[in-house]
Amino acid sequence: MSDADVIIVGGGLHGCSAAYNLASRRVKVLVLEKHVVGRHASSASAGGVRRLGRHPAEIPLAMASIELWHRLNELLGADTEFHASGQVRVAETPDELDACEARVALTRSLGYDHEILIDKGELVRLVPGIAATAQGGIYVREDGHAFPYKTTLAFRNAAERHGAIVREGVAVLAIERATHTWRVLTDRGRFEAPVLVNAAGAWGGEVAAMIGDPVPTSPVALMMMVTARMSRWLGPTVGSMGRKLSFKQSESGTMVIGGGYRGTVHPESELTSLDFAGLRASARTVSELFPHMRHVDIVRCWAGIEGFTPDDIPYIGPSKAAPDAYHSFAFCGHGFQLGPVVGAITAELILNGRSNLPIEAFRIDRFEGTGAAYRGDISR
Amino acid sequence: MSPQYDLAIVGGGPAGMAAAVRAAAFGLHTVLFDEQPAPGGQIYRAIEAVAGGRPQDLPILGPEYRRGIALVEAFRKCDATYCPGTSVWQLTRELELGIVDAGGARMVHARHVLLATGALERPVPFPGWTLPGVMTAGAAQGLLKASGMLPDVPVVFYGGGPLLYQFAWQLAQAGVPVAAILDTGRRANYVAAAPYLPAALAAGDYVAKGLRLLNGIRRHRIPIMRGVSDFQALGNDRVREVAYRQGGTTHHMAAGLVLVHAGVVANCQLTQSVPCRHEWYGPQRAWRPVTDPWGNTDLAGIQVAGDCGGIGGADAAVHAGRIAAFEAARRLGRLSGDQRDTLAHPDRLAWRRHLLARPFLDALYPPSPGTLAPDDATLICRCEEVTAGAIRAAVRLGGTGPNQVKSYTRAGMGPCQGRECGLTVTEIIAAERGLAPEAVGTYRIRPPIKPLTVGQMAGLDDATR
Amino acid sequence: MFKRRHEPNHALTVYLDGDPITAAAGDMVAAVLLASPDPRCRATPVSGSPRAPYCMMGVCFDCLMEIDGVLNRQACLVPVADGMRIRRQPRPEPMALT
Repeated sequence: MSDADVIIVGGGLHGCSAAYNLASRRVKVLVLEKHVVGRHASSASAGGVRRLGRHPAEIPLAMASIELWHRLNELLGADTEFHASGQVRVAETPDELDACEARVALTRSLGYDHEILIDKGELVRLVPGIAATAQGGIYVREDGHAFPYKTTLAFRNAAERHGAIVREGVAVLAIERATHTWRVLTDRGRFEAPVLVNAAGAWGGEVAAMIGDPVPTSPVALMMMVTARMSRWLGPTVGSMGRKLSFKQSESGTMVIGGGYRGTVHPESELTSLDFAGLRASARTVSELFPHMRHVDIVRCWAGIEGFTPDDIPYIGPSKAAPDAYHSFAFCGHGFQLGPVVGAITAELILNGRSNLPIEAFRIDRFEGTGAAYRGDISR
Repeated sequence: MSPQYDLAIVGGGPAGMAAAVRAAAFGLHTVLFDEQPAPGGQIYRAIEAVAGGRPQDLPILGPEYRRGIALVEAFRKCDATYCPGTSVWQLTRELELGIVDAGGARMVHARHVLLATGALERPVPFPGWTLPGVMTAGAAQGLLKASGMLPDVPVVFYGGGPLLYQFAWQLAQAGVPVAAILDTGRRANYVAAAPYLPAALAAGDYVAKGLRLLNGIRRHRIPIMRGVSDFQALGNDRVREVAYRQGGTTHHMAAGLVLVHAGVVANCQLTQSVPCRHEWYGPQRAWRPVTDPWGNTDLAGIQVAGDCGGIGGADAAVHAGRIAAFEAARRLGRLSGDQRDTLAHPDRLAWRRHLLARPFLDALYPPSPGTLAPDDATLICRCEEVTAGAIRAAVRLGGTGPNQVKSYTRAGMGPCQGRECGLTVTEIIAAERGLAPEAVGTYRIRPPIKPLTVGQMAGLDDATR
Repeated sequence: MFKRRHEPNHALTVYLDGDPITAAAGDMVAAVLLASPDPRCRATPVSGSPRAPYCMMGVCFDCLMEIDGVLNRQACLVPVADGMRIRRQPRPEPMALT
């Protein structure tokens, strides 16, 4: 006896987006979340909605996703605090300017024109207060940022309005394939459905192994800082060609500082600890690029656990080992923007057997035979 | 790099000072970080300045305050390094402390850490509690200690607890008119406390002191209203009057200053940020770190003493500080277990005796029902101005725990990091979901627990690597 | 709202929104503010409502003020110094994002 048409393992942004996209097409969905919805990367994310600088394989998905972002509040009936305030990547040296030119030439050659080169004057107009060393950069006008936890909850609530069931505090212990059905054994009993979706984020490698698709993944703690509220002075989200930086002013007026410095993951407790050398480097970057930030208070630092892959792009698509199982995990710190579209892709794969978007590059078995290490067992 | 100190103590109140004196006597290389500019903590705040420069204020502050003189003198004489004006913004499991003072931010490393960060006054949300002219009673008492300042507008006290009555009496002694004491305490509290009275009488002069205070207040003819509820502070840009219910009717009263107090709770910000394990202490509806009888937390090398480990009061804190120092000396190889037990014996007896008063005081002064369940319009998070109604709405949307409510509403995301809203948010979620507060939990506390500027972080001097 | 019981032993001058006022050595900035005619220290970022020092022990972060050019200092933890420039903090400008 099935509990649903589809069981989704993982109640983060991607699990909730898949749940919404399936439930709104009248599919009976059960989401199993071992903690609470949005516990890890989906609430710890800095919230960048960015096409700028994407891996070429991700560009078609990001282009489709931004269309969804621009009507997401309407679709979900909730405020995700999405603001299309743009994304900028700053070059500080002539070499970095050359790299900007090469990057924009690459995206043009692929047939996209969202990334545009900007000179120093345009950069200063977009990013007032930037240090005089900045030379120019790349700008994407319709990119922006949103509030990760609100976005995740908006997908969850919309999915539930369409009949999806979300069970929190249910940890998956094992997965078995029976005739035409998946048996998901949890600490709260057994659940069955003909179709399974693995959206378990940093724990997705472990779930993939249960399905029979062992893949290399590792959990990473990405560190962030947030400051006291400031008067509005910055529109676009600012990245850097040469340094680790993601810098934006949130809707509340706080400055959110990220960029990829890593803390430490404690797998047993699922907690993280911070690396102050990294935070210091991050604060140096901000105070050098924005000298007026030196006297602004840091209110909070944190690190969120995210799954990474050897090639820094996610696993998306059907299982290699078993029928009726699909993966959508390990987004390597840049899955937030992709949330709306990848949920739709997963729904298309389940309902139509194929997606209209190219997802070959994300296939689950791409490291087979390469010897890339498997580090899936991280949750216990 | 090897640790710079054997023992790092955080907090310069009675527990921290007493621990430093004992630890230094064992030859432990001891440092004490104190956010305040001079030793004494909140209870003996500015005691050196008062005793030396404003002795006229000593009679008003009373004999208990005077006890701090000897404690501070002993601390000043000991070999521990004293770092005043120094905030601790981070503590790691590896016993690295992030500190910040006028010179900037740095990390130091100790072989053992003793937290003596004291208590904070229980947050009491009610309509108007953010208005200028509403302060905690402890805040106004601190002004008397540190600056010799007294209110010069009509004062209304609201809440309950020993400190409230003590300060009302001190104001009356100083000739400041107190308009009224509006006490939320109900007759049922006396009934609940009665069985613990014999133990409290054995604990020392706690009960006698309380009765003396009440008599003093009666002599000054300060009106006391009991069983007060539905309290509000009213005014536009500052408090002008208060409204409250008592005996089935609503009353109004002019007020220039409202002093609120509803007991104190352990200041767990640092232990929660590590995080050490905490438990919910039911009688006072607050968190405290889980410790063994020597103040050891569940994390090796991190110890607590005094009110930050659970409320015991200043006299108990002195003994707790010494007990912790004996244990630290044992852990650092200066004492055997037997030596520790022998040396600590008198302090352990005295400490236990002081704690005998707590069940009585806890039962007599529980937080009022209105404090635990404020109405929807009341602000809970002062920093981000989030109402109880918004928190309840977030719970209904799926924000099932404090961290989800925090993400959704920004409650607890402001500069105070949940110090003023954490307990209330836990209570509200527990009530909404029909769960016990310990099942609901509390915010994950993130460093820096005291603000650090971007420039200070950029210049962080990390000698531990 | 508050007044001193005695003349300060060591008086010094600080500037509150540009106006000179007398303080005592050992005072915290928030104490000087509370002894001034207007105890307000700032307007909140969210609603712009006025706030004054509340806990006086570094817990509530309501007494944030601009001190010697730096915003968001905890006025209850900063001792006064002669010539110190203290300003009440206005509400940050919440201009539209897009």
